[in-house]
Amino acid sequence: MPFKIIASQCTSCSACEPLCPNVAISEKGGSFVIEATKCTECIGHFDEPQCVAACPVDNTCVIDTSLPRYQAPA
Amino acid sequence: MSAMVGSGGYAKAAPDNGTMMQSAAEHKGCRTAAKTAHAGCGSRTSQGDLPSEIWEKVKKHPCYSEEAHHHYARMHVAVAPACNIQCNYCNRKYDCANESRPGVVSEKLTPEQAVRKVLVVATAIPQMTVLGIAGPGDALANPAKTFKTFELVAKAAPDIKLCLSTNGLALPDHIDTIVRSRIDHVTITINAIDPEIGAKIYPWIFFSHKRYTGIDAARILTDRQLQGLEMLSERGILCKVNSVMIPHINDQHLVEVNKAVKARGAFLHNIMPLISAPEHGTVFGLNGQRGPSAQELKTLQDACEGKMNMMRHCRQCRADAVGLIGEDRSAEFSTDQIMKMGVKYDLATRKAYQDRVEDERAVSVVALQQELTQFAAETSAIKVLVAVATKGAGLINEHFGHAKEFQVYELSTSGAKFIGHRRVDVYCQDGYGEEDRLSTIIRGIHDCHAVFVAKIGGCPKSNLIKAGIEPVDQYAHEFIEKSTIVWFRSYLDKVKSGDVQHEERGDAAIRQGALISAA
Repeated sequence: MPFKIIASQCTSCSACEPLCPNVAISEKGGSFVIEATKCTECIGHFDEPQCVAACPVDNTCVIDTSLPRYQAPA
Repeated sequence: MSAMVGSGGYAKAAPDNGTMMQSAAEHKGCRTAAKTAHAGCGSRTSQGDLPSEIWEKVKKHPCYSEEAHHHYARMHVAVAPACNIQCNYCNRKYDCANESRPGVVSEKLTPEQAVRKVLVVATAIPQMTVLGIAGPGDALANPAKTFKTFELVAKAAPDIKLCLSTNGLALPDHIDTIVRSRIDHVTITINAIDPEIGAKIYPWIFFSHKRYTGIDAARILTDRQLQGLEMLSERGILCKVNSVMIPHINDQHLVEVNKAVKARGAFLHNIMPLISAPEHGTVFGLNGQRGPSAQELKTLQDACEGKMNMMRHCRQCRADAVGLIGEDRSAEFSTDQIMKMGVKYDLATRKAYQDRVEDERAVSVVALQQELTQFAAETSAIKVLVAVATKGAGLINEHFGHAKEFQVYELSTSGAKFIGHRRVDVYCQDGYGEEDRLSTIIRGIHDCHAVFVAKIGGCPKSNLIKAGIEPVDQYAHEFIEKSTIVWFRSYLDKVKSGDVQHEERGDAAIRQGALISAA
């Protein structure tokens, strides 16, 4: 349950929203947020996390270290 | 910070057909109404060599026709915030209402809000003929929002031309939708065709679910841009290519870009100066990359001029710009305001208004033709640049102190050719002139022999003369091209008689900083 968006850096450009394979991203209060329970780090979908690859501001979509990493189902 | 509002607004509202042109004329100090009897012949003259079907597409498009940009307005709706590439001259974090450059908007809109805004603006500005989607990201990186907006506008306001601007990465995937959506004009920004050079401009692209960097990124982008351009040309869609001139990176290379896009059917090439300042927070701004001088830009544009038209009247406007090119009325049409403003979109009224504008244009063309016939037997190697203060309609109708920019014409015995504009920070605010603003203006038009204005105060007049620039105010509210040619003829006479020694002028600076409040 890993990626989060740092709200103070988000430009609210919406680039990440349609790319998320889990439909985990939505706009809330002027910036975008990732629903932690839905995020799979794009494992099994793509080679790299789509929100990170598309985000125009470096280090804005980052691993949420307060939560355990996503484990792909066996 | 107060918002930027064009002080030279055209018709603020469209009342009934009979009074609206008059009110616009009064507002602009326009004297052409009494002369419209002469109109009717010659309006085609500005068509030049263009085939009729292309002239029909561009004659009311202020970006595609230099002549049209004095008369017709455009608007951009900011429905496309996402982008799929990163450019070193762009910083998406920065947004300021007083800042005017691509990629900057004050608020983004949904397609439904955008249509409301289009109808409100079409009501308030009847000569608004073009709707463009130019970001603030990339129109085709937001295909759902972009095409939904076009679909809704085409239904609600069928006389408005649709136009989009893209970096070209996603273009080949959307060609059929562009054709189906009846989009007349597409602008592709192509800064390089050599991936080695492209890699210095684009740090990364996002393509096919992957981030690419370096030469790989630039190669994919270039291939997709040129492929998209070819596909559009094959389908008869008019394409303009925008290129940002970045000294020592792509300045020489843009001649190659020009050849490549010409060969692929581009209609118009718009080479724009890099806008770069540390406060923009862009890579180029922070690493001290400079933009070109006015002379460097003109030399490159002249070198590329040939079979393809060069656009020289681009103001590098915001992704939510509204109004005539060169004025920005976007602050008048914020989302809050457009919800309160009335909509009276009426095709017949708009057409009647635009027919009157066409009559005005025709008069201006006839006036120029008459003046040019005086030059028929005369040839001279002398060419001079002059600056003009105008609020639009092809007239010298702006006060020197109120001008936010000057239009620059190159005068020769073959005529008056528009070659660009110079942005200057407003010299006169609240009626007071300031010394440093005057020197900004003088730096901005330093390559000009004269400056044509509707009015000018005594103090700036003498400073201009000291700087070697002749202030000319005897053609107030007259046509630009005709008046400058009349002035040029007398200049040549004075040179011939020895009263004046013709001297070349130096270079001029292109303003880089933020545009400050004009209201």
